[in-house]
Amino acid sequence: MATIHIDGKSYEVDGADNLLQACLSLGLDVPYFCWHPALGSVGACRQCAVKQYSDENDQRGRLVMSCMTPAADKTYISVEDAEAKAFRASVIEWLMTNHPHDCPVCAEGGHCHLQDMTVMSGHSLRRYRFNKRTHNNQNLGSFIRHEMNRCIACYRCVRYYRDYAGGSDFGVFGAHDNVYFGRAQEGTLESEFSGNLTEVCPTGVFTDRTHGQHYTRKWDMQFAPSVCQGCAVGCNISPGERYGEIRRIENRYNGSVNHYFLCDRGRFGYGFVNREDRPRQPSRRHPDQRQTLSLDAALDLAAGLVRNRARVAGLGSARASLESNFSLRTLVGAERFHQSLDAATLALHERALHSLRLEQVQLPSLREMEDCDAVFVLGEDLTQTAPRVALALRQSVKNEALKQAAARKVPAWNAEPIKNIAQHALSPLHLTMVQATRLDDVAASQYRATPQAQARLGFAVAHAIDAQAPAVSGLSAADAALAARIAADLLAAARPLVISGVSSGCSELIDASTQVIAALLRQQRKPALAQVLPEVNSVGLALLGGRAIEDLEAACLAGEIDTLVVVENDLFRCLPAARVESMLAKVAELVVIDHQMTATAARADVLLSAASFTEGDGTVVSMEGRAQRYFQVYDASYYQPQDCLRESWRWLHAIDRISQGRTAAWTHLDQVTAEIAAAEPALAAIVEAAPDARYRIAGLKVAREPRRYSGRTAMRAHLSVHEPRQPVDQDTALTFSMEGYVGPQEAGALIPFAWSPGWNSPQAWNKFQDETGSLRHGDPGVRLLHADHAADYLPVPAAAAAGWRTVALHHIFGSDELSLRAEVIAGRAPQPYVALPATAAYAEGETIELVIDGEQHVLPVRHSATLAADCVGLPAGLVRVVPGMRLDLGKGR
Amino acid sequence: MSTDNPQSKMIVTDRGGPFILSDEEQRAIEQAMHHYEDARAATIDALKIVQKSRRWVSDAAVEAIAAVLGIAAAEVDGVATFYNRIYRQPVGRHVVLVCDSIGCHLSGYEKVYERIQELLGIQPGQTTPDDRFTILPVVCLGACDRAPVLLIDEDTHFQVTPENVAAVLEQYA
Amino acid sequence: MSSLINAGLDVRRETHPLTWRYNAHGGAVLDLAGYEALDGFKALRQALDMAPPDIQATVKNANLRGRGGAGFPTGVKWSLIPMGADAGRKYLICNADEMEPGTFKDRMLMEELPFQLVEAMLVTAYAIGAQVGYIFLRGEYLLAAERLRSAIAATRAAGYLGARILGSDFSFELHVHEGAGRYICGEETALINCLEGRRANPRTKPPFPQQAGAWGRPTIVNNVETLCNVPAILLHGAEWFRSLSQGRSSDAGSKLYGVSGRARRTGLWELPIGTTARELLEVHAGGMQEGLQLQAWLPGGASTDFLMPEHLDLAMDYDTIAKAGSRMGTGLIMVIDDQQDMLKVVSNLMMFMARESCGWCTPCRDGLPWVRKVVDALAAGQGQAGDIEWLRGMTRNLGPGKTFCAHAPGAMEPLQSAIKYFPARFEQGIQSV
Ligand SMILES: Cc1cc2nc3c(=O)[nH]c(=O)nc-3n(C[C@H](O)[C@H](O)[C@H](O)COP(=O)(O)O)c2cc1C
Ligand code: SF4
Ligand code: FES
Repeated sequence: MATIHIDGKSYEVDGADNLLQACLSLGLDVPYFCWHPALGSVGACRQCAVKQYSDENDQRGRLVMSCMTPAADKTYISVEDAEAKAFRASVIEWLMTNHPHDCPVCAEGGHCHLQDMTVMSGHSLRRYRFNKRTHNNQNLGSFIRHEMNRCIACYRCVRYYRDYAGGSDFGVFGAHDNVYFGRAQEGTLESEFSGNLTEVCPTGVFTDRTHGQHYTRKWDMQFAPSVCQGCAVGCNISPGERYGEIRRIENRYNGSVNHYFLCDRGRFGYGFVNREDRPRQPSRRHPDQRQTLSLDAALDLAAGLVRNRARVAGLGSARASLESNFSLRTLVGAERFHQSLDAATLALHERALHSLRLEQVQLPSLREMEDCDAVFVLGEDLTQTAPRVALALRQSVKNEALKQAAARKVPAWNAEPIKNIAQHALSPLHLTMVQATRLDDVAASQYRATPQAQARLGFAVAHAIDAQAPAVSGLSAADAALAARIAADLLAAARPLVISGVSSGCSELIDASTQVIAALLRQQRKPALAQVLPEVNSVGLALLGGRAIEDLEAACLAGEIDTLVVVENDLFRCLPAARVESMLAKVAELVVIDHQMTATAARADVLLSAASFTEGDGTVVSMEGRAQRYFQVYDASYYQPQDCLRESWRWLHAIDRISQGRTAAWTHLDQVTAEIAAAEPALAAIVEAAPDARYRIAGLKVAREPRRYSGRTAMRAHLSVHEPRQPVDQDTALTFSMEGYVGPQEAGALIPFAWSPGWNSPQAWNKFQDETGSLRHGDPGVRLLHADHAADYLPVPAAAAAGWRTVALHHIFGSDELSLRAEVIAGRAPQPYVALPATAAYAEGETIELVIDGEQHVLPVRHSATLAADCVGLPAGLVRVVPGMRLDLGKGR
Repeated sequence: MSTDNPQSKMIVTDRGGPFILSDEEQRAIEQAMHHYEDARAATIDALKIVQKSRRWVSDAAVEAIAAVLGIAAAEVDGVATFYNRIYRQPVGRHVVLVCDSIGCHLSGYEKVYERIQELLGIQPGQTTPDDRFTILPVVCLGACDRAPVLLIDEDTHFQVTPENVAAVLEQYA
Repeated sequence: MSSLINAGLDVRRETHPLTWRYNAHGGAVLDLAGYEALDGFKALRQALDMAPPDIQATVKNANLRGRGGAGFPTGVKWSLIPMGADAGRKYLICNADEMEPGTFKDRMLMEELPFQLVEAMLVTAYAIGAQVGYIFLRGEYLLAAERLRSAIAATRAAGYLGARILGSDFSFELHVHEGAGRYICGEETALINCLEGRRANPRTKPPFPQQAGAWGRPTIVNNVETLCNVPAILLHGAEWFRSLSQGRSSDAGSKLYGVSGRARRTGLWELPIGTTARELLEVHAGGMQEGLQLQAWLPGGASTDFLMPEHLDLAMDYDTIAKAGSRMGTGLIMVIDDQQDMLKVVSNLMMFMARESCGWCTPCRDGLPWVRKVVDALAAGQGQAGDIEWLRGMTRNLGPGKTFCAHAPGAMEPLQSAIKYFPARFEQGIQSV
């Protein structure tokens, strides 16, 4: 702590901060550009100038850049000083000399940091009377639009893209007033985190191309606090809606999870919500067309089908909320509630979760992973399976640099000297994977082998950490040396982290990670463990339970099931088509509740139109066991009165009660959530994931619409000149309106969008934070996992026999069901393929016929120079993959 | 799933043709790399080596250099475009650099500059149609006591006048 | 064609430590034997018998100030570098980027006396404990590059350079690194970025290069001329060096002074530091060319304030010139004759400064081009009311501390002094409506 004096007042601040951070933390407005909370200071833009005095008697003072000046004890500064203010106005004026006058047509307008700072600095008259320089723009692909003329050369983009996200296909070119930020040559940006450029850029150089296609000003969109549905990381997002369409996903700050950044799947993969072919009303199947039903007719029909409970089974979903899964389980009974996983995978998920309940193991939040100074990743290609974790690990390797810089008294925010001092020094990151990954460039070692061999390396690491752990026999000298090196790095670290997951379908990998943790615990270390699960609510579903899909299949085939209720799931992604067909052939009625017209939905006898995450509320549990609530963004029927979208749990509960001749018991979200909490001890805390519907700020609910939201009275004029009442949100403390509270006082979980007076851009988050970078009223979410068993050593798995085996290769763009239904993501997804090591006897492009689970696939061969021997790679989510399946490839190895 | 070998010298250009560093260039770049703690430091050396043999540095050359140095093409290009004396566009056989800084201004370089443009029929930044000359301005050549100064290829010419500049240019075929 | 060097001077070893060999040899000293015959590597041998801290102390006592333009005491700079066994690898960099318009002294030292710089670097490297050195040479100095490279090769062949020099424990490697043209590379931290193969944006200070310079290691950057003084200081002592100014200045040593512009005999002279500008112009350069009068002069490069004819009698040393409101800079004066349009002169300087901005910080990157456009407008008689006041404001807003490095403040020096001394010319540029 340090005491600093600003314009005659004294404040207590964190002495490790710079003055800009300190001022912003105090709620003072100091304009800035080149500084970014996650990127540190470089002193380039000169916008943050303040007057500094040597002591309380100094009357003259001198201008300093607040971002480059430590907030040391007994610092005297003035933000309001006339010279400082005039200088800051000049900086804006200089930046504006080349900035076009295109705010009206600029996609940044209204959430533009440059606009905000211009107003804040008081620059309002343009004196520059000469020509502006112009640039050509580049086509950077389907995600990002480039408009270089708007550039103010703050260098944030290149610092983010290269230094933070590790991208190499982006740079700064030219010199003096002709600096250019882009790619060396036009083309799609390669980084999986390119979308953050749209928020990192303080002006409209990099904008969201998907948003541009149906552009709406920030102030004209309705937002809700939401959670990304792309994977199990659970990044917090702010979807923006206008006219019943999601128009953009913006990052929502959660200081414990994603803080400022998302991955491109999460940001650009929202298109499935806007699909034309979504079921928007309940319907029933007629021989060859669907017949729309009224809400009541649909409910009566479905209720009729489930009356004989003994012959009803349900299939839940890891992409559906806890509330919806729980309601299904309530309807069909725990005995006939299923997950879409086969028994082996189900066991794998449970095992992963079990490992997280080890006594004394640390469960790091995403943000805490960044602080880990040695990381061992077993068998997860994180960029593809939990992308935001990969970005966090890129930060973790920088701890060594921070350490070296600190030894030379260089503060953590002083970005450039830190890089310079550390040069290539990185904290260790050890990776095992079947092939090269996008994190290899910062990895200390990359071990490429079959999942089983990777697992055995993990066991060898455990043994190298603690000799009590069983030794691995038959290890090569090189592998043993690698294991010793990884062990040494983990032992030397203050905060070692081990990550594995289920993406390879190999339970030994989970065991290996557990073994390493157990060994570290035995050596009195404080290791952290993370397990990657695939879907947004995989952990929630694992906590809720449910049987394997084979059980469902068997029950159907045995003729025990008349009505199958599938909730937000696609049977055809779970089982081979032939098996689905034979299953369905034995089921009299298929009831599907979904928001997507999947192959299963298309087959439904009764199809109930579910709300997606933007039309409903719900709770999901992320891979760290964090229960988080997402909130409805808009009410679809306000624009399309015939739309009948309901959260699955509402459909299910209504069916349940009607079939029993009773009236509904759960009319509000809070009731369901409370019911789950009461029924499932492991989920008891979910009621705290967000404030309930009774929450008020100064008597007000929280507004989903910004203060300037315009044209509400005209929005529906083409339907009716009578403006209907705004929809009323009974379920939550949010309103579908601009009436309500807007500003920084909200509870962390209830902030629909970042805005504070004078701060329209995402930089407004600084108004919601305390000094430590968490939201002032707490970061959203509640942790559910608690230790319940002590670590014990497991036996070392045997080496796998030689021979071709399938391995799942995951793709950030392609492997996830929902985002793949967004056009821009599909455009980035690979065509189905079969990957073989380059040494295989097949030529690139040659087609191979594979029979997987009885299903025939003809796939072109793609050589992977780095794929381990014996591995046949198949793209997860694009081809059915049964991991570890033996294959006879004819031509041999 | 790249099959590129980062060590490989052959880079396919965007125009489809191959760009191959000559053995000599490759050797010179590798030798320069030994002068520094980090290969990246040889970026400027490498750009100059390629420019020396090819007059200018093409996109494909940038990529080839990046591959040898083991850094990204965008970084090499960021360096190449920062400095005055790396040409990222084709230039003629002879580059006439005209010092336009204050010492030469005081000695009336403008007249010399105009005369050169008149003689060659091109403007600064342009190349004569016969590919013989390119004219570019350059900052103070450190010979203000002998202004105006030209640097043509590797020769510095002092006290150039509108009258004698034609003879100076004549020396370059 | 060489510069006119030391014309008309009585050049002696004792009084002209930087250039006496040139005159004694009757021209450039390009062979090792010739250099050795003129006390070559004597200082190195002497240094190797001394403890590095003693050499540092000698240089500090000699009051040698940096000849790169800022005049920072060299001994003080050296004393900030970590010494001792755990200091690790250290670098010595010679700043030979000489790109300051009006400056041509380092060129001469390198082209005519390459061995002298090599020896200077050896001695300095030994004094600061550096293992590797670079001569950061601007790319246009092709002759200097060639001569330095051959001098380095000869030096290495003779055992003065490389591993265990002259049988001592001292090893040193020396490379010539040629730049690719950017004035900002002369700024020492930008220079280090350039050396590392990066864009030459200046670096954040602190940490200073002495703490974290090239590749994050302790590094000393010194100008060519600064370094070339070091061997003589060792040979003849601090006392002697301080006496070289012959009472003309409290600064020590001799200085390479030069005259350019339309004077009769432009050239370069090694003279006691503190020699007056009038002596430079009238005695050594023979006055202005026929029919020309002196209008103004720049004391040491394009980034120093103009001085006027009435300032000619000032001693050319750091403090005296600073007191007159300018900087000695590189000490090579440039005379502006009365036929020059001062606005065009200023415009030329602003063109240079705007073009050579590295583009990192806003005031310099976007402010300088604007300044240049306004000056051009004034020069063309198209200035607008308020332009002069605006320019004055810019000289404050682009001044020291406002920008990331000293480039833009340097650019403002000639502008502010031109406005001060030639207000009428600026007023004249305002368009009468
Ligand atoms: C824009 C700019 C350009 C410079 N150019 C040079 C130069 O060309 N040569 C030089 O020796 N110093 C130059 N300097 C000064 C150096 O930064 C540094 O102070 C000098 O090399 C230190 O050496 P010295 O202490 O021996 O003078 C320049 C400084 C600035 C701000
Ligand atoms: S003042 Fe700023 S833009 Fe100009 S050269 Fe220095 S750092 Fe670069
Ligand atoms: S934010 Fe401080 S200089 Fe840019």
